[in-house]
Amino acid sequence: MSSLSLAVRDASTMLRRNLLHARRYPSMTLNLLLTPVMLLLLFVYVFGDTMSAGIGTGGAGRSAYLAYLVPGILLLTIGGTTIGSAVSVSTDMTEGIIARFRTMAIHRGSVLIGHVVGSVLQCMASVVLVGAVGVAIGFRSSGATVVDWVLAAGLLTLVSLALTWIAVGMGLSSPTAEAASNNATPLIFLPLISSTFVPVHAMPGWFQPVAEYQPFTPAVETLRGLLLGTHIGHNGWLAVAWCVALTALGYFWSKARYDNPATR
Amino acid sequence: MPTSVMPTSKPEGGQQPLAAVTALGLRKAYGDKTVLDGIDLRIPAGSVFALLGPNGAGKTTTVQILSTLISADGGQAQVAGHDIAASPDGVRAAIGVTGQFSAVDGLITGEENMLLMADLHHLPRRDGRRVAAELLARFDLTEAAKKPASTYSGGMKRRLDIAMTLVGSPRIIFLDEPTTGLDPRARHTMWAIIRALVSDGVTVLLTTQYLDEADELADRIAVLDGGRIVAEGTAEELKRLIPGGHVRLRFTDPAAYRGAATALRDVARHDETLVLQISSDGSQRELRAILDRLDAAGIEADELTVHTPDLDDVFFALTGGSAGGTARRHAPDPQDTPDPRNAPDPRDTPGQPKENVR
Ligand SMILES: Nc1ncnc2c1ncn2[C@@H]1O[C@H](COP(=O)(O)OP(=O)(O)OP(=O)(O)O)[C@@H](O)[C@H]1O
Ligand SMILES: [Mg+2]
Repeated sequence: MSSLSLAVRDASTMLRRNLLHARRYPSMTLNLLLTPVMLLLLFVYVFGDTMSAGIGTGGAGRSAYLAYLVPGILLLTIGGTTIGSAVSVSTDMTEGIIARFRTMAIHRGSVLIGHVVGSVLQCMASVVLVGAVGVAIGFRSSGATVVDWVLAAGLLTLVSLALTWIAVGMGLSSPTAEAASNNATPLIFLPLISSTFVPVHAMPGWFQPVAEYQPFTPAVETLRGLLLGTHIGHNGWLAVAWCVALTALGYFWSKARYDNPATR
Repeated sequence: MPTSVMPTSKPEGGQQPLAAVTALGLRKAYGDKTVLDGIDLRIPAGSVFALLGPNGAGKTTTVQILSTLISADGGQAQVAGHDIAASPDGVRAAIGVTGQFSAVDGLITGEENMLLMADLHHLPRRDGRRVAAELLARFDLTEAAKKPASTYSGGMKRRLDIAMTLVGSPRIIFLDEPTTGLDPRARHTMWAIIRALVSDGVTVLLTTQYLDEADELADRIAVLDGGRIVAEGTAEELKRLIPGGHVRLRFTDPAAYRGAATALRDVARHDETLVLQISSDGSQRELRAILDRLDAAGIEADELTVHTPDLDDVFFALTGGSAGGTARRHAPDPQDTPDPRNAPDPRDTPGQPKENVR
């Protein structure tokens, strides 16, 4: 067997194992969906009118703010889901079966690739579920073409991939599940302080750089542009660049951690 | 070089059996703690080799190095003809490993664990199902096959662990303490399984703390202590390395005790416990001689036991530090024991010093 087909075969075996875990213990996956859905409902139904007036969406109120909010919430969903990936990687590494895998003639990266693909699939499923809640309470994309939808899906996948690799690196560097969950907090914290809820220019001046120079803001602005037709500008490239950089960083970090388990 | 001292590998003995595992000067340290201090091994193909040693001797570390889980700091080793450092994947393709600690996936069922192994060995789906079902039956796990492995008892997990190791029909198997935590029946079942593997030509390297297990299963035994092999040979050869058996006489009456100590020659005295120990091979003739002397002196011992050397004695005699106090009494000081690696043949070892009591 060629090394590529060996890699694909072993990685898909590992993916099946992870999906089996996720299917058998769905509560973890569902818990992670709770945060984005609660935030969505809270900000739309409790703070919606105020927020809308505050950021000047032209008095259209709650439904305008819903449209503003959903793209950021979708990215926050990805961040939250990958926290779960960090936890499950870290838990998995404490399992004795990993040592068994290391003594078997299988593709070395397959364990991690299985986790990554599983996590990306889980992110996409979460995005669809949270997106469905958004649509159910009235979110509509305004004038997005098929190309826009495809690009939006591509962006969401790319962000999922990037955050997953970072989460895997965090999971591999954390000795326990609790530590992994703590270490992965930025994955949900960064979208909270991005332009998800309010535009960067509406934030205090000293805080604007924090919101501006982080991966979520350009991704949120790009997704907003694709779904709602707002101006994307340089945010598109910035978002892609962030994703590529984070993927590469997470990949090499994870690989180094996996190859040297003693340094955990 | 261990090969040169092995009675089975005399140069004029013609063809040496092919080695499944050879190691030369394996070294490993964690920080400034030396864990393996130059391990030499040669395991002939198709044999069972036991690594015997107390806690912390380096048994697991040796297995981890030979199974490519960790790398050695020095030395070299070949497993199934592949160098562990240069061609780890060649080694991995030939071996099956059951580590000291459970290596099953607790979140999925026993059957799913087996099928996972079958998939990772790239068995066709149908063969995988067949092999999984056969092994589950052989290890008495068919009933529990559909339950999550985390719900298994310790012994069931251990059996599943070993069943998983056998999925790819490995030719060389490493078993790190395979029967620790098993009840006596499961232990005997495990022994039968290991013997069956060997009769199929599989090479087994097992570690154990049970001397009867090494005695029962192993063709050759290496005693590991403090990261060094302190003795190597068959169970019989090892037993010959240490002083022979003895007769123990226990008294309750101090006067009788003192009387017996004078009546008998060459006794080791334990004044606090009123026990006398006489070197003896336990033969009828020697026993009669002892009894005759006691009769002549009109002394009756409260208890007489005949002790023949077993691997426990070897263990306590050869592995230092942690040996228990009671054992010391009938074991020579480790330093007094000739290093068997320097002895051309343990049978030639000159008369052992008489037992001494401290
Ligand atoms: N990862 C590690 N880091 C530091 N020290 C280690 C590590 N692994 C093993 N050691 C040390 O190496 C020594 C040998 O350990 P090893 O596990 O090989 O012993 P063992 O013979 O298998 O013992 P046991 O019978 O208890 O299983 C011990 O002193 C242990 O503390
Ligand atoms: Mg051990």
